[in-house]
Amino acid sequence: MKMIVAIIRPEKLEDVQAALNERDVYLMTVSEVRGCGRQRGYAEMYRGTEYKTRLLPKLKIEIAVNDAFVDATMEAIVHAARAGSTGQVGDGKIFVFPLEDCVRIRTGEEGPEAIGP
Amino acid sequence: MARADEPKIAASSASVSLSPLAINVLWLLVTGFLVIVMQAGFAMVETGLTRSKNVTHTMTMTVAAFALSALAFFAVGFALMYGGAAGDVTGSHGPAPHEVSFRVADHDAGLFGFSGFFLAAPGADGALLAVFFSQAVLVVVAATIPTGAMAERWKFRAFVYFVVFMAAIVYPVFGNWVWGGGWLAQLSLGRGFVDFAGSSVIHLVGGIAAVAGCRVLGPRIGKYNRDGSLNVLLPHSVPLYMAGTMILTFGWFGLIAGRAVVANDLIVGRVATNALVASAAGAVAAMIYMWTLYKKPDPSFICNGLLAGLVAISAPCAFVTPLAAVVIGLIAGVLVVWSVLFLERATRLDDPVGAISIHGINGAWGVLALGLFADGSYREVTGLFHGGGSQLAAQVIGLVACVVWTFIMCWLFFQIVGIFVGNRVGPTTELQGLDVPELGVVGYFNEDPAAAKGSTSRAFAEPRAAAAPPPASENRFSIVIEGTDAATVKVIWNELCQPSDRPSDPDFVAVYPLMTLIKGNRFRFRGGQPDDVRARMERLVSKRLPEKAIRARIET
Repeated sequence: MKMIVAIIRPEKLEDVQAALNERDVYLMTVSEVRGCGRQRGYAEMYRGTEYKTRLLPKLKIEIAVNDAFVDATMEAIVHAARAGSTGQVGDGKIFVFPLEDCVRIRTGEEGPEAIGP
Repeated sequence: MARADEPKIAASSASVSLSPLAINVLWLLVTGFLVIVMQAGFAMVETGLTRSKNVTHTMTMTVAAFALSALAFFAVGFALMYGGAAGDVTGSHGPAPHEVSFRVADHDAGLFGFSGFFLAAPGADGALLAVFFSQAVLVVVAATIPTGAMAERWKFRAFVYFVVFMAAIVYPVFGNWVWGGGWLAQLSLGRGFVDFAGSSVIHLVGGIAAVAGCRVLGPRIGKYNRDGSLNVLLPHSVPLYMAGTMILTFGWFGLIAGRAVVANDLIVGRVATNALVASAAGAVAAMIYMWTLYKKPDPSFICNGLLAGLVAISAPCAFVTPLAAVVIGLIAGVLVVWSVLFLERATRLDDPVGAISIHGINGAWGVLALGLFADGSYREVTGLFHGGGSQLAAQVIGLVACVVWTFIMCWLFFQIVGIFVGNRVGPTTELQGLDVPELGVVGYFNEDPAAAKGSTSRAFAEPRAAAAPPPASENRFSIVIEGTDAATVKVIWNELCQPSDRPSDPDFVAVYPLMTLIKGNRFRFRGGQPDDVRARMERLVSKRLPEKAIRARIET
């Protein structure tokens, strides 16, 4: 079992979700987060004075998957989350963690079965 | 001596039949109601342009300013402004009957009225009270202006004292000079100092009070860096200040048209048209100016430009042509941008909403614009461009008088309040936001999901230091199902867990609340009688696998 955490552009959520569903990955948790990469935000102007937006709005998707789904999940996210045809700075990142255990609260199931499709 | 503000209401009440008077009273009231709407606009603009942690404080100031200044004007202000006799609408030329004045060059120069405190004036009939009402709502506007410039750091108690002082003394005395038949209106230059709808009486007074207040308070924490460079403290709600700007604009037409005093004076049409084109020109000028200067049309400046146009046209709106109104508005739009940038960078007056630039600078511009553009068609007020240089001189004198009077009075008052109460909140309060420390209420209250379910009464235990969780009160045990493989057991259990129309198996209903989780064919339970649970589990599984010999055993 792996926990896949992906940081994506907010406007890419629908594409990513569709791509994941195509690979039979349906369960996910999405949260609104803020973050920055190497560019550390961008500069804007308010009433003639420049200000820096250091943290940009992003979405964090958390997906627990069984080992067989790891590659398919990462592939789906990578392709769906890219901006434009070439991808752009700020498209996001994917992190993969080993997942020790999982319990479905309702049935008490534990382990890979609890993750489900 | 003839005055620019000619008598209207009383003249019609005395000599004409009753119905024009009724129309006039109605007009004063309806336009006055519109001015009250401006208060909603002020609240929204000021709150939208500041930060969310000060929402309650900023909004409460505008509502409280309404209440406090209306009462203060009722008790004291009206008596000082009009001597209890409705000033420019009494029908008398020259100073009001109960005017404290001095004699200069053979005529009385009024300083302030002194009769009609608490509206206890002889002959305070409906018409006079309508005049009071239409004036009282204007005081509210003037008294609210400083709250925007001084937002996010002004101590609420100090604000309360200031608003009362403003509405009882500062505004009415200057108002007397201009609209109450006082010395500015009596100037022998031009037609005396003229201000149709309050560029000076309302806006310049409010703007100068804001200057004094900002000077005393100092900039908000975080506005300036140690090296003097600027930070942007972003406004928290663009929709709020945008909608507020339009509401303010709507009410403004009531203010301006109401100053025409009588509905059957056709000047109302000119007044409204001039205000419309001037405000539009102000917004467009500010937009284009920011667009060319900084690549994007700053939306907050479009709003400021709109209001700047309205302030600037307030004084001259009855006296200039619509084309001149456009020019006045265009200049106002650029002026407001310049002024905001200049004040922020050169003077370190931290005015989060631009009140000083909108009301102060453009109030002054409106007063001068009248002296430049007045075309002589209304009340014979003629500006410099139409051959009347002396009118401009009168306007300059009025402008200087307004700035000097207002600034000195407000500055002194802030010093006194500073000694006894303090004007500014402490840095801890300011950083936290003024809402809770000053007023006890968060502006935007995100409902706690637990509270929404109605379980707020639950008391949570005090945290304790612990290396391991405390021993459980209930017993824990496992039931191992034998006689078939774990996968089959899991399938059976899963089916039991599915929602169904049929009533659940009573054994399942009994054991389900005790079940913690499943590992293979091992069910972990918490609480309950192990023997009972074992028997029920065995029954549950064997009922569904009749061909197999199912056995459940307890493991502790």
